[in-house]
Amino acid sequence: MIGQLKNKSLADLKLVNSLDSLEEWRVNYLGRKGELTKILRSIGSLPDDQRKKIGSESNLLRVLLEDQYKKIKPKLESNLSVYSSVDITLPGRKDHIGRLHPITSIIREISSAFADMGFNIVEGTESEIEHYNFDLLNIPFDHPARDQWDTIWLDRPNRKDNLLRTHTSPMQARIMENTEPPIRVITPGKCYRYEATDSTHEWHFHQIEGLVVGENISFSDLKGTLYEFAKRIFGSDRKVRFRCDFFPFVEPGVDMSIDWKGDWIEILGAGMVHPKVFQGVGYDPDKYKGFAFGMGPERIAMLRYNIEDIRQFFSNDLRFLSQF
Amino acid sequence: MKIPKSWLNDYVKFNSSIEDISHSLTMAGNEVENIKKIGYLKDVVVGEINDIRSHPNADNLQLVSVDNGSTIKEVVCGAENIYVGQKIAFAFIGAELFNPYENELKEKFTLKPSKIRGVISEGMICSEKELGIGNDHSGILNLDSKIEVGTAISEVIGDSILELSLTPNRPDCLGVLGIAREISAITKSKLILPKVDYISNDINVNSLVSVEIQSDDLCERYLGAVIKGVKIQSSPNWLQNRLIAIGERPINNIVDVTNYVMFEIGQPLHAFDYSTISGKKILVRTAKKNEKIITLDNQNRELNSTMLVISDPQKIIGIAGVMGGKNSEITDETTAIFLESATFNSSNIRKTSKSLNLTSQATLRFEKGLKPGLAEFAIKRAINMILDIAGGECSKGFIDEFSNNFSEEKYARPIFLDRNFACKILGFNTEDKIISETFERLGFNINLSKNGWNVYVPFWRTDLNIPEDLIEEIARIVGYDNFPSTTISDQLPVWRPTLDLDLKRNITDYLVEFGMQEIISYSATNIQSEKRLEFIDNFPPPIKISNPISNEFNILRRTLRESILNCVSKNSHTWKHPISVFEIGRVFFETNEDLPQEKTMLNGAFAGQRFDLHWDFDENKKFDYFDAKGAVEYIMEKLRIEVKFKIFNESTFIDGRCAKIFSGENFKMEIGILGQIDPKILSMFDSHFQEVYLFEIDIDVLLKIYSINKNFDFYTPFSKHQNSYRDISIIVNDFEEVENVLEIVRKEKLVSNVHLTDIYRGEDIKKDKKVITIRIEYQSSQKTLKSTQISKIEGKILFNLNKSLGAELRS
Repeated sequence: MIGQLKNKSLADLKLVNSLDSLEEWRVNYLGRKGELTKILRSIGSLPDDQRKKIGSESNLLRVLLEDQYKKIKPKLESNLSVYSSVDITLPGRKDHIGRLHPITSIIREISSAFADMGFNIVEGTESEIEHYNFDLLNIPFDHPARDQWDTIWLDRPNRKDNLLRTHTSPMQARIMENTEPPIRVITPGKCYRYEATDSTHEWHFHQIEGLVVGENISFSDLKGTLYEFAKRIFGSDRKVRFRCDFFPFVEPGVDMSIDWKGDWIEILGAGMVHPKVFQGVGYDPDKYKGFAFGMGPERIAMLRYNIEDIRQFFSNDLRFLSQF
Repeated sequence: MKIPKSWLNDYVKFNSSIEDISHSLTMAGNEVENIKKIGYLKDVVVGEINDIRSHPNADNLQLVSVDNGSTIKEVVCGAENIYVGQKIAFAFIGAELFNPYENELKEKFTLKPSKIRGVISEGMICSEKELGIGNDHSGILNLDSKIEVGTAISEVIGDSILELSLTPNRPDCLGVLGIAREISAITKSKLILPKVDYISNDINVNSLVSVEIQSDDLCERYLGAVIKGVKIQSSPNWLQNRLIAIGERPINNIVDVTNYVMFEIGQPLHAFDYSTISGKKILVRTAKKNEKIITLDNQNRELNSTMLVISDPQKIIGIAGVMGGKNSEITDETTAIFLESATFNSSNIRKTSKSLNLTSQATLRFEKGLKPGLAEFAIKRAINMILDIAGGECSKGFIDEFSNNFSEEKYARPIFLDRNFACKILGFNTEDKIISETFERLGFNINLSKNGWNVYVPFWRTDLNIPEDLIEEIARIVGYDNFPSTTISDQLPVWRPTLDLDLKRNITDYLVEFGMQEIISYSATNIQSEKRLEFIDNFPPPIKISNPISNEFNILRRTLRESILNCVSKNSHTWKHPISVFEIGRVFFETNEDLPQEKTMLNGAFAGQRFDLHWDFDENKKFDYFDAKGAVEYIMEKLRIEVKFKIFNESTFIDGRCAKIFSGENFKMEIGILGQIDPKILSMFDSHFQEVYLFEIDIDVLLKIYSINKNFDFYTPFSKHQNSYRDISIIVNDFEEVENVLEIVRKEKLVSNVHLTDIYRGEDIKKDKKVITIRIEYQSSQKTLKSTQISKIEGKILFNLNKSLGAELRS
């Protein structure tokens, strides 16, 4: 009986579309002579076995109907019907959309590609000692190869050998000094060069260095690992080129380029770790072999997002950053 | 380095296109950046002069009939070197030619029909310069009489200039012959060496000049020759044109030959005027203190005692390997020359060149290290060319002095390449034949032994010292592209936790979730800019940069506040949406350690309207203190790190609107600060906003708490019993911090949660009072609480609030 009344009353409520009809509904069910009120009043005269059940059911229904009444009334008062249709194209409520800096995104993407291949990730310091930035990497002071790294030097009271690292490569030496092989590690971070800035040059940029050392590491492993990386970052259809290049801390040296709209664009330098680098950190170059590589996330981001001016990365202009 | 194809073809012939050759060079390590075509001109063909008549209206002009293979054209021409039957370059009307009155060969013009002194000219006979292949405009270009009329001019004069970007380990490729050797090795074509033979007279060179090396460390070998009876004049056109094609300026035949041989072979040479050498004696020594010399570029150079010079007993006549002296220069009057070809110490040349700020084609080669064998090859080649081009007679033999330190053995010693070692590094097994052939193609002498190869490195290669170097030779000539790609089969390394990176990554993600934009700013700034934030005066002085890229960036930053305020201010003029940005980056401090201290900091800032325009949001609402605080709370709740905020006054922020953030055991560790930026500071940042809110967290300190927390983040079982809540409103002193109220409530055992729902000040309340309404949730882990129990606890809470804060229940 109470169940039927519940269904009926709620169905009636759906037809309510004004304050008047709501009042009519209230009187019909909850008013002094309302259907529910009648039942409530009659509870006392019911037989014992029914009284308890009907009593509690009808009370629950009363609470429900009163709640409904209270909910709907203010809405009808504000003229907005809960049952009328809404403009489903109105924008929803949401807070601002936060975004990562594009360089962070690229570094994360590259890092996870290598993490999947068993690489650890570590970071180093941005200031460095000449010995680590150059000497241990087989770039002696008087060698013209140093010209490839124009250096920003620090003016510290008692040290003349401090600089802002020109590449993340010094981490190779630092990691090897503190770790026994096998090693698979990448080290992302900021680097600095004493360089005039223009649309493709910035004195402040990032690099991701990679190092693999073990007893059975070959040039073919280097190629396989970097090709796998390129596939993940640039897609498996992308043409990749491996050519001979020179970096003092590797031998043989490699330049890896990808096909970009018909041009070969260098994205990475690499090579087999030079035995002098192993000797410098106390590794036995006859026992261990390894490869190292380094790449610039700015360069990769510029290709990926078609960015023409590298200086935009650090201008912190929200019109630029909000696009990534 | 620029290399014309036509010059390369002197030493190596190839059938492949220049594009294919360039690709092969690039792949093998000598990158061809660009191929510039010259002499490829449309509408210019080989013509023959049929008839020459004088111009009716001008004495210095002639009328010339030119047969271009299809028609006969009448041309007005001013050149004197024309004759009937001559083959010339004929340009039709419409041809694009080079402006002969401009030296760089950059400007072009289109040949238009014209009337010269009343006579129509139907085309033009071109000079070298007009064709863009040389600098001669004194007459028209004379072509070989055997060439057929009508042939396109590109087939006669067309050339390709390769522009190479070379690596510093390959000075041999700074010579055309070096690149020819590479091509010969890659394409398996025969290498044709330049001519080095010559006939000398009977006068022994030792009777004409003597050389003494006094600085044994700085000069390994010194060769010299005397050539008498030379006639100084301009070089022949072909020689001048080759120099022009690679971007050099022709000077005279002697200087041009020394340059030519340098660009051909890679060995710098120098020619002195023999008559200027006093005592006919050359000393190779270091300069004395304060010695000076005027170099060929007319600069007066002061030398120091580390610099190597070439001198006679009376005066310095050149800075060794860097530049010759004006006093011994080859002039038009020169009739005898002393030719020098030497091996100088590479790092000394580099040092001298750097300290004199004088870089020349010679220093670029010497500083990379050259071998003594190259000097001999080069001097012979130069003598051969000089006798041919400038005439004269070369004396018998040549001066050949070695340093006392010279070790022939050092250069003769082979490198042993073990076969197994080579295969291990390459990662696959290579046939012996391929390896042997590769070395032979590169011009190396080898001995094949049982286990590998003894490789004798030739005098032109300075980059090969260890077996790995030879492996690269094999790899690059075989072609890196022809190698297999394999996955690493070596053991996996131990995984190492990286809490610092995890923490940074998590915080970055949380703030992005929170709706903030990540930024990255420069790590350097300048003291004036940083000083705008007065609090920086409490820090030790910054680390200066010795050679700043500009004065804008001459110190390492000590705070991120400056860059984030810069960012907010700059964007305030251009960004018409809410601004909420953050940065995680390093700041730098002086220490007594080997390196500066690098701290990782987090800064976030909010400014402007709180919401973007939206039909249901309040467009007038602006960001405030509680947005900044909310961001901090969001991070900390995500990290499950408890924090407390304590009011604090600091010059960056407005008094009373700034708090320090504490965490760790007993909240004793200070982890950061937040607040509203003081308008005085803001005014120095050219910000469009009046209100900017900033928070700052020391990530290094937070990391300590985070790493401890990591060990204790166990799950707590939740209560299965029903919870109930009651709302109370209490009246407290207006100055009371809400946190004090909440803390007293939270202390009560069965209180599971407290929410502040309202703060009210009004006329019905005393002026120095406020009403705080809180909802208290009660829950026990043992049972469902009864109403009476809750009332009891509530009573206790009210009692405590009254006792500690004088709070009263609002009736």
